[in-house]
Amino acid sequence: MPKRTDLKSILIIGAGPIVIGQACEFDYSGTQACKALKEEGYRVILVNSNPATIMTDPEFADVTYIEPLTVEMVEKIIATERPSALLPTLGGQTALNLSMELFKAGILEKYGVEMIGAKPDAINKGEDRELFKQCMLKIGLDVARSRTVKSMDEAKAAAEEIGSMPLIIRPSFTLGGSGGGIAYNVEEFEAIVANGLDLSPVHEVLIEECLLGWKEYEMEVMRDHKDQCVVICSIENFDPMGVHTGDSITVAPAMTLSDKEYQVMRDASFAVIREIGVETGGSNIQFSLDPKTGRQVVIEMNPRVSRSSALASKATGFPIAKIAAKLAVGYTLDELRNDITRLTPASFEPTIDYVVTKIPRFTFEKFPGSDPTLTSAMKSVGEAMAIGRTFKESMQKALRSLETGARGFGAGGKLGGDELPDDQTIRRKLATPNSERILYIRYAYLAGYTVDQIFDLTKIDPWFLTQLHEITEMEKALRAHTLASIPTDLLRRAKKFGFADAQLAHILKEDVLAVRAARKQRGVQTTYRLVDTCAAEFEAFTPYYYSSYGDENEVMPSKGKKKIMILGGGPNRIGQGIEFDYCCVHASFALREAGYETVMVNSNPETVSTDYDTSDRLYFEPLTLEDVLEVYEQEQCEGAIVQFGGQTPLNLATALKANGVNIIGTSPESIEAAEDRKLFSAILAATGLKSPAHRTAMNEADALAAAHDIGFPVLLRPSFVLGGRGMFIVYSEQEFKDVVRQAFDVMPDKPVLIDKFLEDAIELDVDCISDGETTVIGGMLEHIEYAGVHSGDASMVMPPHTLGADMLATVRRAAHALAKELKVVGLMNVQFAIKDGELYVLEVNPRASRTVPFVAKAIGVPLAKLAARVMTGSKLKDLGFTAEQIPNHWCVKEAVFPFVRFPGATITLSPEMRSTGEVMGIDADLGVAFAKAQAAAKPGLPTKGNVFLSVKDADKPRAAALARELAALGFVVHSTSGTAQYLADQGIQVNRLQKIDEGRPTAVDMIKNGQMQLIINTPSGMIPRKDENKIRAAAYAHSVCIMTTITGAFAALEGIKALKNKAIDVKPIQKYRGNTRGV
Amino acid sequence: MSSPKPAVLALEDGSVYRGLAFGADATIAGECVFNTSMTGYQEILSDPSYFGQIVTMTAPQIGNYGITAEDNEALRPMASGFVVRELSPIVSNWRSTVSLHDYLAKHGIPGISEVDTRAITKKLRVDGAMKCCLSTLGLSDAEAIAQAKGWRDMAGSDYVQDVSCKEPYIWSAEDPANYNGIYQPVGTTLGNLPPVPRRFRVAAFDFGAKHTIFRKLIRHGFDVQVFPSNATAEQIKEHAPDGVFLSNGPGDPAALAYVHKTVTGLVNDFPIFGICLGHQMLTHALGGTTYKLKFGHRGGNQPVKNLETGRVSITAQNHGFATDPKSIEKGGGIVTEINLNDNTVEGLRHKSLPIFSVQYHPEAAPGPNDADPLFNDFYRLVEQRKAGKI
Repeated sequence: MPKRTDLKSILIIGAGPIVIGQACEFDYSGTQACKALKEEGYRVILVNSNPATIMTDPEFADVTYIEPLTVEMVEKIIATERPSALLPTLGGQTALNLSMELFKAGILEKYGVEMIGAKPDAINKGEDRELFKQCMLKIGLDVARSRTVKSMDEAKAAAEEIGSMPLIIRPSFTLGGSGGGIAYNVEEFEAIVANGLDLSPVHEVLIEECLLGWKEYEMEVMRDHKDQCVVICSIENFDPMGVHTGDSITVAPAMTLSDKEYQVMRDASFAVIREIGVETGGSNIQFSLDPKTGRQVVIEMNPRVSRSSALASKATGFPIAKIAAKLAVGYTLDELRNDITRLTPASFEPTIDYVVTKIPRFTFEKFPGSDPTLTSAMKSVGEAMAIGRTFKESMQKALRSLETGARGFGAGGKLGGDELPDDQTIRRKLATPNSERILYIRYAYLAGYTVDQIFDLTKIDPWFLTQLHEITEMEKALRAHTLASIPTDLLRRAKKFGFADAQLAHILKEDVLAVRAARKQRGVQTTYRLVDTCAAEFEAFTPYYYSSYGDENEVMPSKGKKKIMILGGGPNRIGQGIEFDYCCVHASFALREAGYETVMVNSNPETVSTDYDTSDRLYFEPLTLEDVLEVYEQEQCEGAIVQFGGQTPLNLATALKANGVNIIGTSPESIEAAEDRKLFSAILAATGLKSPAHRTAMNEADALAAAHDIGFPVLLRPSFVLGGRGMFIVYSEQEFKDVVRQAFDVMPDKPVLIDKFLEDAIELDVDCISDGETTVIGGMLEHIEYAGVHSGDASMVMPPHTLGADMLATVRRAAHALAKELKVVGLMNVQFAIKDGELYVLEVNPRASRTVPFVAKAIGVPLAKLAARVMTGSKLKDLGFTAEQIPNHWCVKEAVFPFVRFPGATITLSPEMRSTGEVMGIDADLGVAFAKAQAAAKPGLPTKGNVFLSVKDADKPRAAALARELAALGFVVHSTSGTAQYLADQGIQVNRLQKIDEGRPTAVDMIKNGQMQLIINTPSGMIPRKDENKIRAAAYAHSVCIMTTITGAFAALEGIKALKNKAIDVKPIQKYRGNTRGV
Repeated sequence: MSSPKPAVLALEDGSVYRGLAFGADATIAGECVFNTSMTGYQEILSDPSYFGQIVTMTAPQIGNYGITAEDNEALRPMASGFVVRELSPIVSNWRSTVSLHDYLAKHGIPGISEVDTRAITKKLRVDGAMKCCLSTLGLSDAEAIAQAKGWRDMAGSDYVQDVSCKEPYIWSAEDPANYNGIYQPVGTTLGNLPPVPRRFRVAAFDFGAKHTIFRKLIRHGFDVQVFPSNATAEQIKEHAPDGVFLSNGPGDPAALAYVHKTVTGLVNDFPIFGICLGHQMLTHALGGTTYKLKFGHRGGNQPVKNLETGRVSITAQNHGFATDPKSIEKGGGIVTEINLNDNTVEGLRHKSLPIFSVQYHPEAAPGPNDADPLFNDFYRLVEQRKAGKI
């Protein structure tokens, strides 16, 4: 059956800001869906609050709303656009939940909007745990045995019925599952149940069979409306049950299932999708298998496109989201083509002749105090994927793709040394799941552990453990050789095992380039194989490659165009994420349009850049010197772009250039100069600009001396890092001594920088583009918070809302001068501070910045595309962009934070970036734009209720003004001792609350009871006091709006006033186009 | 496994791949084919349709879950040789009884690992299935190539006589050695079938039948009497079955004139169901012809469209020959199913008689179970015939 003609327009809801558990994979899926539906002639209406997405580029949908993902706002969009259908399954859990809210509120019915893909009933069955369990039992599938109980007696009976210990106890309705646990004996069982019953507000606990240590699998399934089902990919978790899939190392295809077991799982998957009733599209179904008996249990299903389906798409070459979108409008699988083979249909199951490994990337170092144990709650912020012909090769490539300092499975690099940790550490690191466990397996082997011993500690399947053992045995075998003595066969075999030249260099005690040269001289060459969906059964037409060491190189001949390589950003992490992938994708699009062939290299499966049709050629490879050079030479590229992918490619730039790579755009020397204090000072001198007093130090003693020299407060930071890792504002010698080691540890062997910290200064981010002759400012963003908050975490307003024309003209001149002096060809970001009317340069980054997509959306000019063009020699005047454009509307950027995932961590805005994502609020009115940004970042601003105010002494005068206005708006102000007294003295009515540990009720009690609507708490020192942090943690946990700076609080006040007094309207970005004024 | 010895795979076009030996020490020649299934190497090796063939697995890591007695499709491995990228050094599976290496060694079948199976697959795809030689006995390149070239061609040869049973026998529903219980984990009942009202008797030709076919017939309500390939139409009629089944098997379907004749003698008298070679036998019995495909269909992901219902099934396939669609028309044959990858015939039925067949493997093993209902279709056909409705 062809597509439906009764549908005219389709609403797609995006996933909103990047958060843990929901990253840029939904930009990938949403972008595919938009393209697929537009291609079919439907009018596509898109809403997403995340400006850093490709999907929200104006050309991907017919109308694009960058508005908060709330019922109120989406109803306004529906009322305006009147879509015939809503596709809820491509924007992650956010879109699914919002779609269900729209349905439950009767809005879909009211406007006659049909939900396509999955109906509300199916979504409900898939999401409601109890309903899902009943459905599974009904169709003859097994689930973990469980029973809900309300008393100790019932609990004991349930334990009897379920069977043997251990048992899991989960109290109902406690936050984050607190009060639960695993009982290994009767005594523990009774203790945990008693505590759980007590903690649960409804005095109820779930007693559940414990599947810890079982094998875990995922099946990616698709179904069309003719009830034809296919499995796109099976995924086996390397980490057994107990670790969230998002935090597990996973492998595709399943490696340890026999055909009998696999087919039972496949049949079960189809039975599940049919019973739940997902009509069309993709679903992810998770299974657990008892390795001792083969008992198979269904864990859960996602009735939508998921993180795993993005992984499955990249692992197989089958575009799940695109096909899901087409199925939703009526096509059947057999009516769609397989893009890769062209001649065969999409109604098949990909078969792969390689092994794919995904490893999550964690950032526990940013959240000191939080527990790094991996559990059933996801904590990773990104992932790297690698493809190899064997698990060994793929695992080693994935480990070096992670960019955590590991070069592979040991053989040098982080946790890969030859000296072993003590036995107790090894055992502890194996027995408790953690992000470093994989590398401790190598230590265990080197310490003499057997596969069985490691299995006993980890429950990782012996097949995987044996593969890892083979790698370690190879490492040991290689140690007997030197580069001169190593037999070529052994060298080739080592490369087939995935050993990087850097690992071989470590083992053979040689220089890495010497290893590379010797390897090439001996004819051990990298070969590239195709990801073709069919294990070579049919010819493939899509140049999607991975490297390996085999008999044949399958790289297809070129079309004869000039080729430009674009280096992606690797795994997402805090500080380097979707914004940089956005820039890489734009570079590829722009250069393809300009007649180049583009070659993308990246290792992040969640991205649009690794979609096989984003670039002419895609190499799914680690971003290391070896891997990148091989591709560059293989493709004989004209040049490479390193300034778009964030710090990852920048760190390679100098070495690439030294090895003959033509880095186009701003030179690596200029990029280094901006980081090098001495060179940078010279540049400032040449441009007549000033920066805060600063020093450089190579050791702790010099650093302290420098701090005294400059005078506290100082800003302490390492060089060559993104995201403010190891960056501190220090007010005293004691504080300095506490943190200085951390700053050095971030980038060993690199200096740390000590700058005078400008208190209460206004900070400004400026993004500009230059072709070497002409420089044009893309946008100026004024921070709402005073300087000292990392620009990735700061709220920003564009255009600047408090600075006068004279100051902005000064800023403009400064930016132009810097671009000229640094000979920028491409993008440049400058961070300025303004204090007492003086302009200071804080930082210059001659590369793409995190704010480029935001600015591009604000002014409607594709900055990254233009930058790619100027890097290949075009001039801005020929590209038609010569005048700075200032929007006539207001654009507010707000960051979102993962604090709820890291209990125990300090909750504060600081020079160290900790936000995972961002949202954009756009409106003609600044207050409304701010309110929209808050609503999008969640929770939105309240318009009435209780406000808790507790500020540091310096903020008290302004806090009084704030309290007065809030009271006038009808809020009831609450406060504790100091602030309360101050406000009372000012004649402001304030309700005095007990301080935590002094008595009750406290602000925390009110938060927990849902009685507190707004928290304004500014920290008294570098980090909030313990009691302050408790309030902040409670606010995050209970989704209460919180402001931690006084300037943020005033912005909130303006937002609240706007919400109370003004109409909040929606408007697509296409209608903002041209709503700018030239300078 | 002691330290691995070298092994060689040579193709008739002169390509030589050197790797490591596993399984038995032997030199063997045969037809080199590739299979794209990601699981199921044991079922593939023990499928008699692979008799005379040296199978290359495109999945790179093989042997991970060992060999399990109940998963065998014949009493011994039937393929001539086995080619893999990498052999697992261990077995990890709770059901497994023996390693792949020991299984092949015990039955005298050589294997080669550490060769570039993707390169071999691409060669077969581009140049077609080839004669080859696999040796673990230290052959030189020239010797191995000569052995490959010297192998008798598959076309025109009767392989069925080598793998068919010699005498009729009953496939016992009770004998535990037959493993009639279909694998299902404890606690899962999804695969359970409702009981049949009565059981029918089927005469099943064994042209090299996979045991799972018999298991599925039993499961779907048939008592199974197995006949050798040289059984005559008269013998079958004497047995007076309720239906006739034609099994899969190896080799060139055109070379089996005696079987064509037997089946021709049965088409007017019994409901008939054929699978794979059985489908090709029905083709010939209806006066049709078969031809050799360039490199065949071997894998578990082949999309087949039923032209009468419009539905697509993902099927397990293993065939190097196919039915010429035009050729069956005058005998009353209708093409019912086609392969969506290359539009070749995957199923046929007679326009009026209760006979049908499929080129693919509804019994799966290995591969998807999507076409399992065909066994039930056969049961209904027999039921209707018995009720005098057709």
